[in-house]
Amino acid sequence: MVEKRKIKVLVCKPGLNGHDRGAKVLARALRDAGMEVIYTGIHQTPEDIVNTVIQEDPDAVMLSMLSGAHNALCPLIMEKLKEQGIDDVLVAVGGIIPDEDKPFLEKHGLKGFHGPGTELKTIVEFVKNNLKR
Amino acid sequence: MDYSNLIDQVLKGNTRAAARLITIVENDIDAAEKIVNNIYNKTGNAYILGVTGAPGSGKSTFISTITKIFVDKGKKVGIICVDPSSPLTGGALLGDRIRMKQNFTLENVFIRSMANRGRLGGLARATEDAIKILDAYGCDVIIVETVGVGQSEVDIFKSAQTVVVLLVPGLGDDIQAIKAGIMEIVDIFVVNKMDLSGSDRKVAEIMQMLELNKNFIYESQEISKNLAKMKRWTPQVIKVNSKTGENFEELLKIVDVHRSFLESTGYIDNYQLNRIKSETLQILKRKLTKKIEDLVNNSEKIEPYLEKAMKKSLDPYSMANKIIEMLGLE
Repeated sequence: MVEKRKIKVLVCKPGLNGHDRGAKVLARALRDAGMEVIYTGIHQTPEDIVNTVIQEDPDAVMLSMLSGAHNALCPLIMEKLKEQGIDDVLVAVGGIIPDEDKPFLEKHGLKGFHGPGTELKTIVEFVKNNLKR
Repeated sequence: MDYSNLIDQVLKGNTRAAARLITIVENDIDAAEKIVNNIYNKTGNAYILGVTGAPGSGKSTFISTITKIFVDKGKKVGIICVDPSSPLTGGALLGDRIRMKQNFTLENVFIRSMANRGRLGGLARATEDAIKILDAYGCDVIIVETVGVGQSEVDIFKSAQTVVVLLVPGLGDDIQAIKAGIMEIVDIFVVNKMDLSGSDRKVAEIMQMLELNKNFIYESQEISKNLAKMKRWTPQVIKVNSKTGENFEELLKIVDVHRSFLESTGYIDNYQLNRIKSETLQILKRKLTKKIEDLVNNSEKIEPYLEKAMKKSLDPYSMANKIIEMLGLE
């Protein structure tokens, strides 16, 4: 008997920025949408995040970035995931991501790019519709 | 589906395979059955330490600090943290990892968060199975953190060899300490946040309670028949500071003493026996409940009885007995 499948999501803040209100609001919204949400806290290195993905086996990883370091950190995270052979996890980045950076991040396999003012239900739907397994 | 490849990987110590197997046992009860079937004879090497206590008593921070010590001694540690699911939406926020940022590497520490999915008792349905997977994966020590408990979430007692309860100064008086439930199942009482005022008082209250127990409770209880022959473990009390690691070396000594107590008295076999019984009972309850519900709700077989009951010629107790007969249980 397969129980009703739970979507498991990892919400992280990579890098040195500690403003995590957005990440917490998002975690709460995903929780209220019936998902199991792991919040890792702030100051996560790419290694931390990839290790957490390996151990927790989530369906989606949501990176909250406000620091401007997305072009450096996000591709690094994607690369390390690939090294581990992890290709069935949705990886999304949101926060402050300028339009001109999106093609570059997209090329590295990142999705989402939800910025300030996005309705929470938009993000919930986005997660539900973009899962890779 | 065939899980033998994943299981082989787990037995070789592959972390991703262990994580994936845990996901499978969480989501699919039938698969869990097959998986446990295949790994059970590879388990039994890990020492299982249960950590319980009220919300905010510092369980995650405590585990982080004690794990660091185990790792420094060369142990491979598995951690399962259970947090509650929402009764309204089924969602959960699992935040125990936040307190466990000690730069653990993949090689020596495996941390897994788990939502309890509505199960009472302080653990999730899949926790027992996840313990077995981490055991087969090669963990020397498995630490299980229960949900923040109230007074009667005592399942951890059945899964763990040593149960530690975390208490904090300033919550409750000596009457709380003599209530039934969680206080009865504990091997080591840890008064956390010892830097706060009132920690010595808390230690004294617990010691008083333990004095009462010694004279009274164990002699009157059924289990004491088996235990009377052995020297009974007297729960120990220690105050610690999980943030600074103060008194943790002493605490670890107590854990070791408890472990060798279990082994030297043979009490470890009782523990194993009880664990197997309680797990089997859980599984039986789950399976039989499903059968019974199917029978009562969906089967034509009981319609004649229902009709009789409607006419008051059969009462619900008698009907229940008929159903037990039907299941072939009597």
